[in-house]
Amino acid sequence: MATEAPATAAVAAELPLDDPRALAAVSLIWREAHLLDARRYEDWDGLWAEGGEYVVPIDRDATDFASCLNLVYDDDRMRRMRIERLTGGFSISAAAAARTVRSVSRFVVTGREDDAIEIRSAQILVGYKREETFVLAADVTHRIVFGADGPRISRKIVRLVNSEDTVTASGFLL
Amino acid sequence: MTTTPETANPSTTAADRVGGDRVAGTLYTDPALFEQEMDRIFHRTWVWVAHESEIARAGDFKTAWVGRRPVIVSRDRRGGINVLLNRCRHRGASVCETPKGNGAGFTCPYHAWSYSLDGTLRGIPYPEGYEDVVEKKDLPLQRLKVGTYAGMIFASFAEEIEPLEDFLGGARMWIDRFMKQGAGYPIKVQGEHKFRFRGNWKIQLENTTDWYHFPIVHRSWMSSVDAETASMLSIMTDETAVTHALGNGHSVSVSVAEHADLDVDDGTEKLQDRFSHIVEELSKDLPPEKVRRIVRSLHGAGFNLNLFPNVAMSMAFFRVLRPLSVDETEVRHVALGLEGGPDIVNRERLRIHEHFQGPFGFGSPDDAEAWNRVQRGVAGGADMPILVNRGLGREKPNDLGQPTSHATDETGMREAYAMWKRMMTDGN
Ligand code: FES
Ligand SMILES: [Fe+2]
Repeated sequence: MATEAPATAAVAAELPLDDPRALAAVSLIWREAHLLDARRYEDWDGLWAEGGEYVVPIDRDATDFASCLNLVYDDDRMRRMRIERLTGGFSISAAAAARTVRSVSRFVVTGREDDAIEIRSAQILVGYKREETFVLAADVTHRIVFGADGPRISRKIVRLVNSEDTVTASGFLL
Repeated sequence: MTTTPETANPSTTAADRVGGDRVAGTLYTDPALFEQEMDRIFHRTWVWVAHESEIARAGDFKTAWVGRRPVIVSRDRRGGINVLLNRCRHRGASVCETPKGNGAGFTCPYHAWSYSLDGTLRGIPYPEGYEDVVEKKDLPLQRLKVGTYAGMIFASFAEEIEPLEDFLGGARMWIDRFMKQGAGYPIKVQGEHKFRFRGNWKIQLENTTDWYHFPIVHRSWMSSVDAETASMLSIMTDETAVTHALGNGHSVSVSVAEHADLDVDDGTEKLQDRFSHIVEELSKDLPPEKVRRIVRSLHGAGFNLNLFPNVAMSMAFFRVLRPLSVDETEVRHVALGLEGGPDIVNRERLRIHEHFQGPFGFGSPDDAEAWNRVQRGVAGGADMPILVNRGLGREKPNDLGQPTSHATDETGMREAYAMWKRMMTDGN
């Protein structure tokens, strides 16, 4: 599956509207955005395939995530602990989490396999917390697998435009 | 102490604002005082700028900050370390906006004056207009004074400054101990998390040797790690968890006494189950003592060392603070690894760092929330004192004469504020 940087890979690719899998993937990604903004993290967990990988790298060009420092690098266990943290009531930052509204668009399919597609998109998130409104922009790559129980996320990589600069925590997920 | 009005002239009242066990809330909110801190503290003392591993080879450089002034830290061809003001001598443009890299020198983008790695002005294009006007040797990039200790690089704008070793003083033993987490390998920087919080820099300065907040603010992190890790940090009831004031504003707070000196191992400590895959992997190539030594160091040193004014060496990372304005501060959490050490160990260290640190970690966001709440709350009663008196009654000198109390006591903060007061008022 393609691993080039988002900008170069996107040029030749498009969203094939005649491919029902592409539409199913887009609708899954939109549903994911909806659940994350609503902070319905338990439901969000249900969108993932077993063994899913969730990464927010610092280095936008990184591909070997295990060998470098990331903002988020979660396997199933870490992702579930993260959900527990955000919903368990023990975290003061989660209790005071920013409100978010995100929009995901500019979809292109960048890879196709028998049972999976890779789809890239732009995510613009507007957050609000304590008199401050802020914007986070990211290139997002989803790998969506199609199994017996429908499409599931098997990998999600969120490349923030400012990942190498200061990123300020506000108790939500990308 | 008496309270001081928020608008008071800081130069005459800095002393009044800091008592032995309480400080004025205006210390976090007064913009005039902040400006004075930049001059009297950040531009006058030793400020941490880099670790040697970040500029390991000739030509390596990184940008950094001393107070609010941008600097470049570079390694020249002879292996020397230079800290240069990032400001062209011609008309003031910054000569380097690449956070880190390797090169032969720095060329200003505006009129292409070029400087070598040690700041010497090497070239001026079309020099005819400068005949008898400018001597290149008179216009190097401004060089700061540089001091290094155990791989830590510090810089100062003050020409007349005490030697770095003297400034570090009682902290040196702890810096040496901190580096033992390399288990025989040199320490290297493996990356960093950067975030900002809305709050004064001293709120962060206080935090590193504040174990009192740990079980409260970090409940969510504690519930996410295994019981062994959490019990390692059962600070509140642990009598071996102590804090020492080390002089010159520095302090250390020991959380896991068995790991205060990682070379000392009485053999009774059971290695954590969470690391059994690492033990297994390392045992293929290394003898059992070496494996044990490395695995015992995975969480870093068993203490937090706070170096006044801007760097802390905490467990397995450096925490670097950068004051941005009276109510905004940048924090970097620098992840450490073993230079030339086993990959599996360095990767595990990255995962441990990601778990707690950074804007999406399980610890830092809760700290940042608490610090922001201090800034917001204190503004509501800026004339009320901040209390740093916890443990006053049980503070006693240790055998080195350093004021010592429980790790959850505020001895470290009292030490930092005593230094703050000295630097803000001496020579007045
Ligand atoms: S400002 Fe740097 S060369 Fe002119
Ligand atoms: Fe903390």
